[in-house]
Amino acid sequence: MPTPPSLPSAPGLPGGKPKGPPVNRRELSSKDYGGGASTLCRGCGHDAISAAVARALWENSENPYKIAKMSGIGCSSKTTAYWLSRSWGFNSVHGRMPSVTTGAVVANRSLNAVGVSGDGDTASIGIGQFVHVVRRNLPMTYIVANNGVYGLTKGQFSATADRGSKSKKGAINDFEAIDLCGLALELDCTFVARSYSADRKQLIPILRAAFQHRGTAIIDIISPCVTFNNHAGSTKSYDWGKEHEQPIHEVGYVNEWDLDEVEYEAGSGINVTLPDGGELHLTKLGRDHDPRDLSAAKALVADAQAKHEFLTGIFYINEKRENLHEQIDMVDTPLCELPQSVTRPSREMLAEVMASFA
Amino acid sequence: MTPSTSEESEAAGASSGAAVNDFSISVATVNGTGSQTANSTLLRAIMRMGVPVSGKNIFPSNIQGLPTWYVMRLSEEGWIAPREKADVVICMNRETAREDVMKCAPGGWIIYDAPFKLDTLRDDLHYFAVPFGTLVRDVAPPKLHRLVVNMLYVGVAAELLDLDMVAIDGALENAFGKKPKALEINQKAVRHGRDWAAENLTRPDGGFRIEKRNLTEGKILIDGNSAAGLGSVMAGVTVIAWYPITPSTSVVEAAEKYLEKFRRDENGKATFAVIQAEDELAAIGMTLGAAWAGARSMTATSGPGISLMSEFIGLSYYAEIPAVIANVQRTGPSTGLPTRTMQGDILFCAYASHGDTKHPMLLPATPLEAYEMMQDAHDLAERFQTTVFFMSDLDLGMNNWMSDPLPYPTKDHDRGKVITTAEGFEKQGGAKEWGRYKDVDGDGIPWRTLPGLEVDGAAWFARGSGHNEYARYTESEAVYEGNVDRLTRKFESMKPAVPAPERSNCCAGGAPVGVIAYGTVHHSLVEARSRLKEQGFEFDYLRIRAFPFAESIGEFIAAHDHVYVVEQNRDGQMLALLRNEIPHISAKLRSVRHYDGMPVPARAIVTDILSQEATA
Repeated sequence: MPTPPSLPSAPGLPGGKPKGPPVNRRELSSKDYGGGASTLCRGCGHDAISAAVARALWENSENPYKIAKMSGIGCSSKTTAYWLSRSWGFNSVHGRMPSVTTGAVVANRSLNAVGVSGDGDTASIGIGQFVHVVRRNLPMTYIVANNGVYGLTKGQFSATADRGSKSKKGAINDFEAIDLCGLALELDCTFVARSYSADRKQLIPILRAAFQHRGTAIIDIISPCVTFNNHAGSTKSYDWGKEHEQPIHEVGYVNEWDLDEVEYEAGSGINVTLPDGGELHLTKLGRDHDPRDLSAAKALVADAQAKHEFLTGIFYINEKRENLHEQIDMVDTPLCELPQSVTRPSREMLAEVMASFA
Repeated sequence: MTPSTSEESEAAGASSGAAVNDFSISVATVNGTGSQTANSTLLRAIMRMGVPVSGKNIFPSNIQGLPTWYVMRLSEEGWIAPREKADVVICMNRETAREDVMKCAPGGWIIYDAPFKLDTLRDDLHYFAVPFGTLVRDVAPPKLHRLVVNMLYVGVAAELLDLDMVAIDGALENAFGKKPKALEINQKAVRHGRDWAAENLTRPDGGFRIEKRNLTEGKILIDGNSAAGLGSVMAGVTVIAWYPITPSTSVVEAAEKYLEKFRRDENGKATFAVIQAEDELAAIGMTLGAAWAGARSMTATSGPGISLMSEFIGLSYYAEIPAVIANVQRTGPSTGLPTRTMQGDILFCAYASHGDTKHPMLLPATPLEAYEMMQDAHDLAERFQTTVFFMSDLDLGMNNWMSDPLPYPTKDHDRGKVITTAEGFEKQGGAKEWGRYKDVDGDGIPWRTLPGLEVDGAAWFARGSGHNEYARYTESEAVYEGNVDRLTRKFESMKPAVPAPERSNCCAGGAPVGVIAYGTVHHSLVEARSRLKEQGFEFDYLRIRAFPFAESIGEFIAAHDHVYVVEQNRDGQMLALLRNEIPHISAKLRSVRHYDGMPVPARAIVTDILSQEATA
């Protein structure tokens, strides 16, 4: 496939800085992955997620220009403006982030899409698009900043609020919560994880693995809303999280270029190699769970939901299932770079079509 | 509009038992019985005899079992609009047979399945009873009876109407060229029907006949949706996201067929993506996502889909992201009549979505225009960074039209103001100066970068919320107003870029009365114009081909005493749009409307205009 003359080949990486803050393999400092100032409430879980995302991108030495920051509508969806200003963001329509991302990633497969949504954006209006993006196994990271509440409209329950949990105004939620991880597993999603915005140590390696996953990576991150859902009786508050989080394993991610420097004790856990050559290392903490076993993952998540347990970690990972690009047998060249000589059929081709209508 | 029953207009709409190359044939069948191929064989054979012909499929919203009709109109003058009554009726559906006979024009012919016993219903018709059930047993095994029986009526019609067997064989070749076995059995059926008719039926003197002419030299027969799908492929469409809906489905099916054929690389890999979305909400979302990333993209739908897409259409307008939406209009509101035609979404699409929005619309009237305007739509969407509506309708989209072959494009794709290199970015001011929504050229159109360009400062944040020239969030009143005013300027600057209206004066100096039409109503209008001229009433005609309206449209209206706007909806939507956009000509406009879901008969326009002229 020829490269169109109108688009540049990748320039060299920005020059390294001899002194100053630590830099990654692209000679970029963590600041280079930063974004605009947050306009969320002080202490919002979402800001911790943004910081973790920026950090994980930096640690992975991701090409900042190739990250596509995708979002829908809500507090969570605003956050893509608060990290990685060097790259493009698309703050779209409520619940519709997955479809916009599908179009963008299909048009330019060199983009690494990171979608940020919320529990309102995903579990209510966006549940259909959530289901279908998983079904297509679109290469993307899909973060749900899940606080169980509508913040911008001041405190209504969302569809992920636990049954029996209490609103700030004292109302009790009568409806069963939608467990997004459970739903994703039902759909054979190829990467399903739950984490906690305050558990930075776990969240960053999960994100790093997700950024390199070859299909749809769903990460449901419990992220307390300090203003409308941080009171006693809430099951998405900081106090609740601190008391109830049960990591199922310790998560580590090592990039390919660092593999020689890390040694794991034999039999200490499960290793999964990702397409970039990096390795995910999961060290057992209390429970036996093999994240490559789909039915075990379903049972684990269903059981936790029934018992109202707050389990975190990577429930399931499958690097084998075909992603959307493979399913539609698409060329390696990003479609958006194809020149007119490829995209417009020839005179002979048109003549052939005309003959069929004669 | 109530059709007139005056004798004068009857005469304009029906023949009296005899005609050469100027009559209509109606085939009444049952949906899902495979009559489509037989009908298009008849149609193509007539065209191959050099006689202009058009075919309209009148079908139910049903997969199998309900009545369906295929109406062919032969006209050496090239008239296409349906006649009030058919002259030759082929009755293959017992359920509607009586009604079909009652609707036949006086002096007409009824070819019918013998067991229906129709020949006593009217005494002003000529009847041909054919034992189709017996005949089919001679040519096909039982499991093929239902399909092959249709080719028998092709054979009977061939004999009775003098259809040329070479033309029929050519048409069969076109349909079954790649399936020799099917070709053979269908050829056999046609011949059997013809031979049986020759031996057993007697044609009355005169009667209906097809004679060879040379009026269709080089023509093709094509439906508007195929032409539109092919147009999008020639436009280089690369991502199509869609959700099936009648009558737009075949736009994408046609495009996909040609993409599969022409857009696989030497390793068989697709250089395109066609994604069947979960619904229209996702289809337009994918279309915008792909356009934002820099690929030519489109979706196709009909009215109900536009309703669902409206939120994203507003985003496209405000965040300035290109999109092509093919709207093949059907009869609304709501589910409406999904298999009937209408120009029913004109006002809705012009202003679709909440807040102040305006969208360009292209209004094709022929397959050639469908093909060319689909290419225009892609160029305009990228040039103006907004949604462009391609406004076809069921009549154009799903019916067969005679057309000149679709020409190879003469212009390169216009990708608009896109910055794709570091040098290009520097030229537009670089990191210090460039702003995504800055109007640097005075035409309201800003420059955009595409995701992935490895240059600092080239990234921008697409959002549907308030934004300044640098795409940053703002709620500033002045900035908001400045931005939406620029969008108005951008819309205004489209006027000379969209397809210009087509004007045809009646005579030197022009007439005091003008008529405006658009889309497929054009075909009824030109026939009506000819009939009105015969009766001494002439007018100047302007066909609108796009919105925003060119200045010449207002000038045309202003220059006439009064102007009829002829259209196919209840509320006079184009008239309302004209009044809204060009208020000073309001008082000059009169409305002629037809909205029963069927293409407009020319007579309906004649009657309405004459009656308004008489009372005004």
